[in-house]
Amino acid sequence: MNLLSSGPVRTHRIDVRGLTKKYGPDTVVDDLSFTVEPGHVTGFLGPNGAGKSTTMKMILGLATPTQGSATIGGLDYHDLPVPLVHVGALLDAGAVHGSRTAHDHLLALAVSNGLPAARVGAVLERTGLTSVAGKHAGQFSLGMRQRLGIAAALLGDPGVLIFDEPVNGLDPEGIRWIRGFMRSLAHEGRAVLVSSHLMSEMAQTADHLVVIGRGRLIADTSMNDFMAANSEGTVLVRCSEPEVLARLLTAAGATVRDGLESSLVVAGLTGAEIGRLAAYNDIVLSELAPQQASLEDAFMELTKDSLEYLGATS
Amino acid sequence: MTRFTTTQLTTAQPTTAQPTTAPPTTMPFTRTVHTEWVKFRSLRSTWYTLAGLALAGLGITALALGSVGAEYADMTAAERMDWDPTNQSLTTYLVAQLIIGVLGILVITSEYATGLIQTSLAATPRRHRLLAAKAVLVTAVAAVAGQALMFASFFLGQAMLGAQGVPNASIGDPGVLSAVVGGGVYLAAISLLALALGVILRATAGALATLVAIIFLIPGFAGLFPGWLGWLLDFWPTLGAAEVLTTVPNPEYPAPWLNLAGMCLGVAATLTVAFVLFRRRDV
Ligand SMILES: Nc1ncnc2c1ncn2[C@@H]1O[C@H](COP(=O)(O)OP(=O)(O)OP(=O)(O)O)[C@@H](O)[C@H]1O
Ligand SMILES: [Mg+2]
Repeated sequence: MNLLSSGPVRTHRIDVRGLTKKYGPDTVVDDLSFTVEPGHVTGFLGPNGAGKSTTMKMILGLATPTQGSATIGGLDYHDLPVPLVHVGALLDAGAVHGSRTAHDHLLALAVSNGLPAARVGAVLERTGLTSVAGKHAGQFSLGMRQRLGIAAALLGDPGVLIFDEPVNGLDPEGIRWIRGFMRSLAHEGRAVLVSSHLMSEMAQTADHLVVIGRGRLIADTSMNDFMAANSEGTVLVRCSEPEVLARLLTAAGATVRDGLESSLVVAGLTGAEIGRLAAYNDIVLSELAPQQASLEDAFMELTKDSLEYLGATS
Repeated sequence: MTRFTTTQLTTAQPTTAQPTTAPPTTMPFTRTVHTEWVKFRSLRSTWYTLAGLALAGLGITALALGSVGAEYADMTAAERMDWDPTNQSLTTYLVAQLIIGVLGILVITSEYATGLIQTSLAATPRRHRLLAAKAVLVTAVAAVAGQALMFASFFLGQAMLGAQGVPNASIGDPGVLSAVVGGGVYLAAISLLALALGVILRATAGALATLVAIIFLIPGFAGLFPGWLGWLLDFWPTLGAAEVLTTVPNPEYPAPWLNLAGMCLGVAATLTVAFVLFRRRDV
């Protein structure tokens, strides 16, 4: 039984078009355009200070764009008649009054949008907070506060969900829970936008990636394409006759480039296939190591030019 | 992919979900006021502050009038002409305005301090509506609490004066009801001023300091005001505007309700600034 859904999911897309935000002389978000589709988890990635939170605030009508627009189902956030029914957001898990109970916090939100009080119980249950509903939010651990924030976002059973770094500071169990949760929300047909500055985080959650750096769009791609382009298994090979092997491998359809210390980096063939080819041609291999180019590396590579604050050692 | 191309809010995606109540489609203003009430009443500090208001308010009345009998006995005939038992029992407004001011300030600054303002505005994106609801709530609470305190102080004070054998007033005497009710109106106006300061300054400390400056400091240094600004003092809280709490005619303030009205205009102007800033600023 679906505890959350009280009816049809109202699916919308988020359309960000030419979105720009200037704070004084600083352009914090710079001509950003992307779309968040229903049924997908869209990972919104960027290093610290890239403008992720600012973009989300503009989508939610909390900050006014200097230029451009962000719409939900074609409407400006301010024009949503009953916003919580369309969009749920968690920007800052700490944003609760510490001496209000979880139940009362949610009740006030439900009342504001005319949602039945039963929704409070439903979202508390879905986020596993039923037993602490009467506790003051100030006594909550970070993980419980994140859950409370997610419960608040789910109150109106919205088709669009926006989460700003929801796993920040969570323990592995909490991270796993949130990941599964995002996936299930997207599976229900909702559009889910999740920001993070950790690529590894997104690799396991998102189907689509929007990468920004210094407010500018760096990549807007499906997760699969990104994986294929960036972490396709390459194999590091060292052998007695690299030139000969390189020729053979190329002939077999692989892509070969020179690696460090006269090694070869081979893409397009598995380690086993390379080993067989070498053995058949009597080439002695001294090393045959599949490379797991991490997504983190790919992300660093992608955003290295846009880092706002570089460490002293770099 | 056609399933995902819904671009109009009205075209909800049909599913085979169980029949349920339709989601709300409109947001009447009363709902926003109700929300503010839920938020207000769900904080324990609200009730502590209101209890503090009653305690401090009545406590001050009791202390102030405890030995007034001896004072009255020492008065000259001329001083006795100006004896205003109603006003004597209402001086508690001085402290009450500060406590009610704190309530008004916290209604908005607690949301800024916690970041809750973002959640509130995401739920109610029409900003003027949210602030108007807060203003309605604050005014209603302050009016009820303020009137209750003024009436209670009046009756407590008159009972104490009577017990000491000093001339006292009854609620039906000329000008008495007007003074008592005026005190409640005055307090409600101060609560709105406090709310406006909270919105403009977005921080409890700053707003409270400004409120204290307005209601205590400036009246304390009123003598230093240049003459051309003197007219302002006629409408200033604790000064001219508080004349409404008196029953003995003062030739300087022939129509004290006008002075209070002047203060209300000032409050309205401050509140207007608050509304404009509240709409314009990012949160
Ligand atoms: N109200 C503001 N006034 C001035 N500058 C701001 C304001 N809000 C954000 N900024 C600046 O905008 C930039 C982007 O901030 P933002 O919080 O959107 O980044 P982010 O991508 O969410 O970063 P993080 O991963 O650290 O959360 C930062 O350089 C920040 O200093
Ligand atoms: Mg951020």
